[in-house]
Amino acid sequence: MRYPIPRGLVGTVGRRPSLAVHAVDGVTLSVAPGELFAIVGESGCGKTTTAQAVLRMVEPVSGSIRFEGRELTGLGMRELRPFRRRMQVVYQDPYESLDPRLRVRDAVAEPLVIHGLGSKAEREARIRDALARAELSPPELFLDRYPHELSGGQRQRVAIAAALVLEPELLVADEPVSMLDVSVRAGVLRLLDGLRQSGLAILMITHDLSTAARFADRIAVMYLGRIVEEGTADDVVGNPQHPYTRALLSVVPRRDPRDRRRPEILRGETPDAIRIPSGCRFHPRCPVAIDVCPLEDPQLRRPRAGSSPQHRAACVLA
Amino acid sequence: MSALLEVQDLHVWFDLQEGGELHAVQGVSLTLDAGERLGLVGESGCGKTTTALAIMGLLPQTASAAGRVLVDGEDILEGGEASARPHRWVDLAIVFQGAMNALNPVRTIGSQIVEAIELHGRGRGGAARARTGELLESVGIPRGRASRFPHELSGGMRQRAAIAMALACDPKVLIADEPTTALDVMVQAQILELLDALCRDFGLALVLVTHDLPVVAQLCDRGAVMYAGEIVERASVDDLYHAPRHPYTRLLFAATPDLGDTHGEIASIPGAPPRLDRPLAGCPFFPRCDRAFERCMSARPLLRRLGDGRAAACHLNDAA
Repeated sequence: MRYPIPRGLVGTVGRRPSLAVHAVDGVTLSVAPGELFAIVGESGCGKTTTAQAVLRMVEPVSGSIRFEGRELTGLGMRELRPFRRRMQVVYQDPYESLDPRLRVRDAVAEPLVIHGLGSKAEREARIRDALARAELSPPELFLDRYPHELSGGQRQRVAIAAALVLEPELLVADEPVSMLDVSVRAGVLRLLDGLRQSGLAILMITHDLSTAARFADRIAVMYLGRIVEEGTADDVVGNPQHPYTRALLSVVPRRDPRDRRRPEILRGETPDAIRIPSGCRFHPRCPVAIDVCPLEDPQLRRPRAGSSPQHRAACVLA
Repeated sequence: MSALLEVQDLHVWFDLQEGGELHAVQGVSLTLDAGERLGLVGESGCGKTTTALAIMGLLPQTASAAGRVLVDGEDILEGGEASARPHRWVDLAIVFQGAMNALNPVRTIGSQIVEAIELHGRGRGGAARARTGELLESVGIPRGRASRFPHELSGGMRQRAAIAMALACDPKVLIADEPTTALDVMVQAQILELLDALCRDFGLALVLVTHDLPVVAQLCDRGAVMYAGEIVERASVDDLYHAPRHPYTRLLFAATPDLGDTHGEIASIPGAPPRLDRPLAGCPFFPRCDRAFERCMSARPLLRRLGDGRAAACHLNDAA
């Protein structure tokens, strides 16, 4: 979707703004129940904006977002409400996402209260159930605590419990573990994996390719507002077809010091979304760009040397 | 020939508001030779940043320290600020965590480097500006950007500027505290490549303070793993990964996802590090260790030499 810059800020000629920040341009994706779909990319690629659009927290200028076949764009607040219940979000910062004045019990109860669900007794039961599913057991140990009495990992689990209490079908997880210590991350990721196995659809935003490779069923790589490659995790990580994906994978440090592959370090940084390069958006930094690349904007299609039937890449050479 | 930097039995305590003390660093020793890259690895609260600040003589007022920090043979810890100051930035420099966001926003990056050069008597006026241009080029910033303000630069460029500033007076040792943590993976690769080149081409010795094991594996020769204020293992990065002699080292690697192993089990370590505001009995890792036995509960293991420049603080290494 695009954010038109309001007239007042840019000083346009005529009635339409001449500059717009194309934060997300032409993204199509789908997440099935029991699937963990990871969107990976660097800052400014549009991954967080995509997630926010899914939750209808930002308004797309065009395009469609369907939840179980039902179109969400264009719906008003009241019509959106029942859908909002069915998709929940967990954020990156366990120190900011919980209200410091609320005890765990009240933080997890809040979504139920907002949606007017259940009697007090029913809520108590659902809160306990959510805490148990977030692996905060026994619930008694946590119900009356304040966030500052919990570790980062525990706080993140409380945030997950609050997201689960409405029994959503889709969970959007924006960098769910990047602010947690390494030794704590796997526990939270395994929790999400377990929830996925019991039928929850998870859309995970992450910059960490290693985590996506291990936990995602499917991965989409974004660059400057577009998906440049997508497929199963094995497709994208094991058989990358887009030069950006290949470069990204090559520069991720490995645990084993003997793994001395030559990193393909791209020069410069991702350009501003306000000045998108012509043709293929990646061509100025692409190590294998050819003459047609500044002229033609490649579509996502099946690569010649792709793996699974779901594998797609947006590159004339793929 | 004495080592460039030698830390001997460093202890740091912080006064706590509610009374008592936090024993943040508990007997850390390390050495660094010219051109060497040492990774100081650990998770939050392990004491690695405090160790770095102690080496620089930059501990806050609430801290007290014991032990020795030898720079070219001179103990700068004992002499306090008076002995630390002449060495700071000139022999030892630090790029603080988040330095790229701490650059003076109302001064151009060039003027900030010139100021550092002039303050330490390494040049004035035209000579300082020329040196600034060289420094910027050496960190990959075109010298014309000297007239830019920090907010006009990208995150990666700001981090390069912070590194240039730290190198203004030609130090022999650079301490970098989480230099790539806030950066995208491609920019991280650029910065690591830069640090690698600086060590190779200028003989700079590096202490890389980080929680990120793969970064240490890629850039460093040796690593010291810290837990609960002490070094629990010290070895070449190769040995740390292929033949760890401390369960925490092994588990930390096992908890780190890796592109080279996308279907393997990722470990998590239950529990949390011990509080450091009370004395510890036994091994600090005991409650979370998967190989602990009876001795571990009552006797604190010392960091013992295992030969080949290796050391580990674990009873499993004791002779039968």
